[in-house]
Amino acid sequence: MGRVALVTGVSSDLGARTARSLAAEPELDKVVGVDLVPPRFQLDGVKFVRADIRNPVVGKVLAVEEVDTVVHLAVRPSSGRGGRSSMKETNVIGTMQLLAACQRAAGVRKLVLKSSTEVYGASPRDPAMFTEDMAPRRSPRSGYAKDTVEVEGYVRGLARRRPDIQVTTLRMARLLSPQLDTPLGRYLRMPAIPTVLGFDPRLQVLHDDDALAVLHRAVINDIAGTFNVAGIGIVMLSQAVRRLGRPTIPVPQFGLSTVGQLVARTVRVDIPPDLVEFLTYGRGVDTTALVDTFGYRPKHSTAETFEEFASGVPTGMLNADRIRSVESRLTALTRTGGGRD
Amino acid sequence: MTSPGSDGANVIPLGVRGRPGRGSGHAKPSAAARSVAGQQSPPEPPPHVDDPSLRPRRSAADDSDVTADLSADRRSLSDGSSRQSGVPVTEIASAVAGAAQQVFGDDWERRAAELLAFCRRRLTGDYVVDEFGFDPELTSRFLMTALRPIATKWFRVEVRGIENIPDEGGALVVANHSGTIPMDTLMTMLTVHDHADRYLRPLGADLVFTMPFVSELARKGGATLACNADAERILSQGELVGVWPEGFKGIGKPYSERYKLQRFGRGGFVTAAIRTGVPIVPCSIVGAEETYPLIGNIPSLARLLGVPYVPITPFFPWLGPLGLVPLPSKWLIEFGEPIRTDAYSDGAADDPMLMFNLTDQVRETIQQTLHSLLVARDRIFL
Repeated sequence: MGRVALVTGVSSDLGARTARSLAAEPELDKVVGVDLVPPRFQLDGVKFVRADIRNPVVGKVLAVEEVDTVVHLAVRPSSGRGGRSSMKETNVIGTMQLLAACQRAAGVRKLVLKSSTEVYGASPRDPAMFTEDMAPRRSPRSGYAKDTVEVEGYVRGLARRRPDIQVTTLRMARLLSPQLDTPLGRYLRMPAIPTVLGFDPRLQVLHDDDALAVLHRAVINDIAGTFNVAGIGIVMLSQAVRRLGRPTIPVPQFGLSTVGQLVARTVRVDIPPDLVEFLTYGRGVDTTALVDTFGYRPKHSTAETFEEFASGVPTGMLNADRIRSVESRLTALTRTGGGRD
Repeated sequence: MTSPGSDGANVIPLGVRGRPGRGSGHAKPSAAARSVAGQQSPPEPPPHVDDPSLRPRRSAADDSDVTADLSADRRSLSDGSSRQSGVPVTEIASAVAGAAQQVFGDDWERRAAELLAFCRRRLTGDYVVDEFGFDPELTSRFLMTALRPIATKWFRVEVRGIENIPDEGGALVVANHSGTIPMDTLMTMLTVHDHADRYLRPLGADLVFTMPFVSELARKGGATLACNADAERILSQGELVGVWPEGFKGIGKPYSERYKLQRFGRGGFVTAAIRTGVPIVPCSIVGAEETYPLIGNIPSLARLLGVPYVPITPFFPWLGPLGLVPLPSKWLIEFGEPIRTDAYSDGAADDPMLMFNLTDQVRETIQQTLHSLLVARDRIFL
C-alpha cells in the first residue's frame, strides 16, 4: 500500500501549494486536502474533502482514505472574518480534534505541524537568537502566539501517547510575500507605518518558497524533531520600512496598548497584540538545526524576502529613487556653490 | 586621509578655496561659472554610491569628521528646496559653501558628498546589520563620533596596555563598573574602537533592553543581552565582547565605596569564556567613579519606577538637567594581560570551584590595577 497524505487548511495559499507539490511527488499515492471553505486555488491531483476539523468527521476521513501522513497547516495567524474567537476555535479546538482523530487512527505514522516562531514570544529578556531548546522568557498571552503554544503542547501530548507517530514541528517565522495576505504583510502595506517609539525590533521573515520546500521535505523524508525555519539574517524594522520607502509614525508604547488598538481600529487599522510585542522587541531564531539536521538551507535570506516584498507592493512616498535624486541635486549644488564666494 | 565614503562619489575638487571663478583671482565669477550656477538640473546624476569599503575594522579617526555637522547638511537641504521655488540660489549656495568650508575644511566638497551618500544610505535602508542588530556604519560614524570629544576633551582618557587586546578572534574584556550612568561602557567602547581598531560588543542588563531609545541605540551600537546564550554565541563568532560583571551593584554604589570592587555577578562570564575558549582581558577603569558621585538614593521611588536606584549626586536633581553633566574627572583605562582559557579541559566549564577561582583571579587583578592607577593619577579633576 502506498502512502497517503492529508493536508489540513488546504484552501489557503500555502496549503494549496503544499498539497499540489505533494501530489506531484511520486512517492505519495494520494493527497487529500481538507478545509472548511472550498479551495480558492487550483488543486491539481489533490482530492479535496470539505470538512471541519473541529468535529469528528475528520477521523472518518483519516480512516476512509487510509491516511498515513498528516500535514497540519490549519493553524493560521489571521483572524479572517469570524474574529478572534473563531480563529482560536479553528486553531486550538480544530487541532485538538485532529490530534484526537490521529491518535485513534492506527494507520497514521507521521505528523508534520506548521507551527510558528511566535512560540518564543517577544520580550526584552530574550536572547538574540532562539534555538529550539529555549523556552520563552515571557510566554505569549494572546492571539496567534498563544494558539501556537497551545497547539504545540497538544502535539507533544500526542507524541507521548503515540510514540510510533513521527512528529516534525516546523516553527516558521512570519511569511512575507506580495501575494500572501498575512498580518505582517498588511502592516507593511500601510501608507504610513506606525512603529513603537524608541524601539527598533529585529525582524526575521520566511519566504513562502522556502516554507513550501521545508514542508515538502518534512513529508517525504523521515526527520522527526522541532526545527526553526526562517530566512538567514535579520532586518531592522526601521530598515525594512525605509527600504519600502514608507514614512513611519512613532507611537509611544502605551499608545499601542488596548486603548490605542481601539483607536486604531476606528480608522480601520488592526494591529494584533502579539504583533505589537513582536514589533517592540523583535525576535531572531537560530536555524543551525534546520541546515545541519533537517538538511535544508533557506534559499532566500530575510533581506531578500523583504526586497521581493518591496518590489511587489506599491512603493511609498520616500522611495529610493526620490532620495537619490535629491542627493544628486545636492551634490551638484555643492559643486556649483564651490566655484564662487 | 582616506575615507570609506570616498569611492565613487565622483566629486571634482575645485581646489580654489572658495575664491571666485576658477581661481583666477578676479572678484567676480567668470561667465562660465555663472552659467554653471544658473543650471536648474544637475549636470549629471552622480553614480549610485555604494559603500563596500566600509570595513568594520577601519580606524575611526579616519572617518570621524565626515559626520561632523549635520546642521550644515540641513542648511543645504533647505537650500535645495528653495532652489526650485526661485529664491536666489547663487547667494545661498555660496554662503553654504563658505559655511561648509568652515566646518569641513578645504576638502569639504568630497566630505559633503560623502555625508550626502551616508544620509542617502541611511534613508533608503541600504546598510547591513548583524543578527544582534549591530549597525557598524551608524556606530562608527555617529555614535563614536559623538563620544570622541567627550573622551578626549572632557575626560582626557589615557589608555594603557592596548596591545593586550588581540588583533583578531574572540576575547572577553572584563571591567569594573562605576559612575551611576554607564559612561565607562561607552568610553571603553570608544577606546577599543579608536586604539585597537575593533568593535567592543558590550553585554547589557535586561533593563537596557526594556527602556525605549536606550534599547534601540544599544542594539545598534553592538550590545546584546548579558545571558550565557548570547555571550557564547557572540564570542564564538570571534567578536571582542565587553562585560561589566558588577552590574548595578557596581554602577550604583555610593561614592564612599569608590574603587572597591563589588561581587562579580555569579561568574557567568568565566563559563562563557571557557566554553568558547577565548582569553579574558581584565580592564581597569579609573575616573568613572567621579563623574557622578552618588551620595544618596531614593529606594522607594526606584521601586516605583522599576529601576535599580534613583541617584542623588551633589548636582542632581538639584540643578535639573544641568546636573546630568558629568564632572570632568581624569580617566585612565588599562587593559591587563590576557588570561588564557583554552587550556582547560571540556568539563571545566561545569566545575563551579574552578569558576569561582578564576572569577576571583580576574577580580583581584582588576582591583590591584585600580590601586596602582589611582596612585599614578596625580589629580582627580582637571
